[in-house]
Amino acid sequence: MRVSFATAIEKAIEHAMAEDERIIIFGEDVHLLRNNLYARFGPERIIPAPISESAFLGAAVGVAMAGLKPIVEIMLVDFIAVAFDALLNQASKVKAFSGGKWNVPVVIRCSCGGGYGDAGQHEQCLWGLISSVPGISVVVPSNPPDAAGLMLSALNAEDPVVYLEHKLLSEYWLDYLGAGGRKNVAFDIPESGASGEIEIPPKNVAIGKASFLREGSDITFISIGVSVHRCLEASKALEREDASSCVLDLRTATPLDKESILEASRTGRVVVVDEDYLSFGLSGEIAAVLSESGYRGAFTRVGNTGVIPYARHLEDRALPSVDSIYEAAKKILGT
Amino acid sequence: MILLVGGRLGLVFFLHMSLHMAQRFCYLSSVKTISKGDHMQGERKEVQPEYLYRQMVRARRFEEALASLWRRGLISGELHLGTGEEAIAAGFAAHLEDGDAIALDHRSTPPLVCRGLPLEPIILELIGSEKGLCSGWGGHMHLFSRDFLAASSGIVGSSAPLALGFALANKHLRQGKVAVCFFGEGAMNQGMVLESLNLARVWKLPVIFVCKDNRWAITTRSKNVTAGCLTKRARAYDMPAWKVNGLRVDDVCKTAKRAIERAREGRGPSFVLARCSRIDGHFLGDPLFRIFEEPLEQVKTITPPLIRSAIAKPGAPSGARARALFCISKAIALAGADKLKNFKDPLFISKNLILEEKRLEIEREVFEEIEKAVRTSLEVAGLKR
Ligand SMILES: Cc1ncc(C[n+]2csc(CCOP(=O)(O)OP(=O)(O)O)c2C)c(N)n1
Ligand SMILES: [Mg+2]
Repeated sequence: MRVSFATAIEKAIEHAMAEDERIIIFGEDVHLLRNNLYARFGPERIIPAPISESAFLGAAVGVAMAGLKPIVEIMLVDFIAVAFDALLNQASKVKAFSGGKWNVPVVIRCSCGGGYGDAGQHEQCLWGLISSVPGISVVVPSNPPDAAGLMLSALNAEDPVVYLEHKLLSEYWLDYLGAGGRKNVAFDIPESGASGEIEIPPKNVAIGKASFLREGSDITFISIGVSVHRCLEASKALEREDASSCVLDLRTATPLDKESILEASRTGRVVVVDEDYLSFGLSGEIAAVLSESGYRGAFTRVGNTGVIPYARHLEDRALPSVDSIYEAAKKILGT
Repeated sequence: MILLVGGRLGLVFFLHMSLHMAQRFCYLSSVKTISKGDHMQGERKEVQPEYLYRQMVRARRFEEALASLWRRGLISGELHLGTGEEAIAAGFAAHLEDGDAIALDHRSTPPLVCRGLPLEPIILELIGSEKGLCSGWGGHMHLFSRDFLAASSGIVGSSAPLALGFALANKHLRQGKVAVCFFGEGAMNQGMVLESLNLARVWKLPVIFVCKDNRWAITTRSKNVTAGCLTKRARAYDMPAWKVNGLRVDDVCKTAKRAIERAREGRGPSFVLARCSRIDGHFLGDPLFRIFEEPLEQVKTITPPLIRSAIAKPGAPSGARARALFCISKAIALAGADKLKNFKDPLFISKNLILEEKRLEIEREVFEEIEKAVRTSLEVAGLKR
């Protein structure tokens, strides 16, 4: 069935919650954000929380350790900062510290990403920052089937998974935070990301498995989230100039699918496109993976180099765009 | 013996008097340095009701002007209006002077307007102009004015620790100057706010915590997620906590004076819980609010999946589902209530504080002031009116 990105996630959760009574959801405003699940599974399993992220994210770790499967919601990933201890020092450490005898099956669901003029306290991606902590998986779906499939896998996982839902793909987030019902504001929403076909029940998508969206021999784009769609756009423009591009959608930031990255790099020209911060993040990690494997080809990256500004025109310049990707590609192609 | 005691008392009295005079002197010299235009008032002067009313109207008309720019698509992102909080903003700002700092939350514009910031740079900022207050970088949740020691943040609760820092710096650099932070009742459950209450007390900082209680945190009724009473909570940190009707500017003004003077005199932090309202929803375009404003359109999209889910199997027992549905409809029903009731509007309530003739004059003048600010800003930004 054809569904929106957000509905795909909801279908996956609905299916999983019906099968497994241990799944509960808590977070701010979940009684309305997840009103359909609330109406079906009731106030015992969908639990609204006060604005106390450090307490309820910390609690989620304990809940998971003691036998339930929480989906804990941090509205915008930026807000995880106030609760970072739960992630950095608790959730990620239990398995190792217990000698592998105790694990934390928690799913942390957050919206992320920019493109609607809300500035750098509400539009960050932070998958790089979170991925830098060993012991956590971070998934970033770019279309409805992946959104559903990765949610199912996250709910089946034994260890903590941060599930990031890009706001340009999730219509309700974009409507709340960007449009507010207005028809006179425009957003660059990738069609094939915002809606698509899913199966019911949805099919699992393995965590840590990238997907080739396009095969090509001249240049490779490696990306994640909304930027994947920008890469696809750029590759169409390049095709008109007879350059064929390979586009790899990582889908999972960590663990990285190194095998697919290496396979994709065979064109000898790699462009990593990352909406997250350029420094100390995913793009540098991919460069390291390539370099350690003996890759000797060309490499460049497009990413966000500073704080995301508020004004739409400044924001457009800060986030990866089809134009900036195209420019980077032309440079590396030497044309 | 008596002489000795008398002598000691005399000494104490002398010390007390000289301290007091020193403070007076400091105060007088600081008044002379007040330079930020005519919106500033000396603290020892009685604040006139006309002044307070004017500030409230300025804040309200400013928010309305922003709303109309937002509706035209000129302001991006979420826009949280402070309509319903004008009395709190005006009442506190009336006692602030040069060197005092303010730390603000996501409803930052009314305090900034009442504090006397020039309006055009704020408007320009919100419409994303590089000529704006923060060069187009901050936007409405991140407004900063170094001149006024005013800073805002979109992270709930963060105004409290920021104000502690401002207060500590003032203690060292600007004796007698204070810091005021504004946050909502929802923020009172944020760990950093509670930590700040403690720290403010043990460091005896000149900081005033102003908790604006509009009873909502987005779609959550705060009483459902808040244990105990907030003033009692603050008092547990051994500081005075006052409850005021935050819709009545005269009440706020009186309490603000008390709290601010206390801090100026070096007697430490205090907490003010001010009941207010949320007239325009959480932010403009608030979905709960829209259900209320355009019920047919919204109900069409929300109801079918909701009903499908409410009867789908397996799931919770029917009693639990009914409770959930009840809670959803209650939130929807209550969301628009503050808009409908005049007695929840601080401007309406304050009308009888001043003479009708004066009131109309103020309203006329403010209308022109705000209109001019918008006009000028749009011109500067090269946009049509
Ligand atoms: C740390 C953090 N958590 C959540 C949010 C999302 N959020 C923005 S405003 C808000 C409600 C705040 O309620 P309150 O403090 O009562 O202020 P009000 O909006 O009612 O004025 C929430 C949850 C946020 N901005 N920051
Ligand atoms: Mg509130």
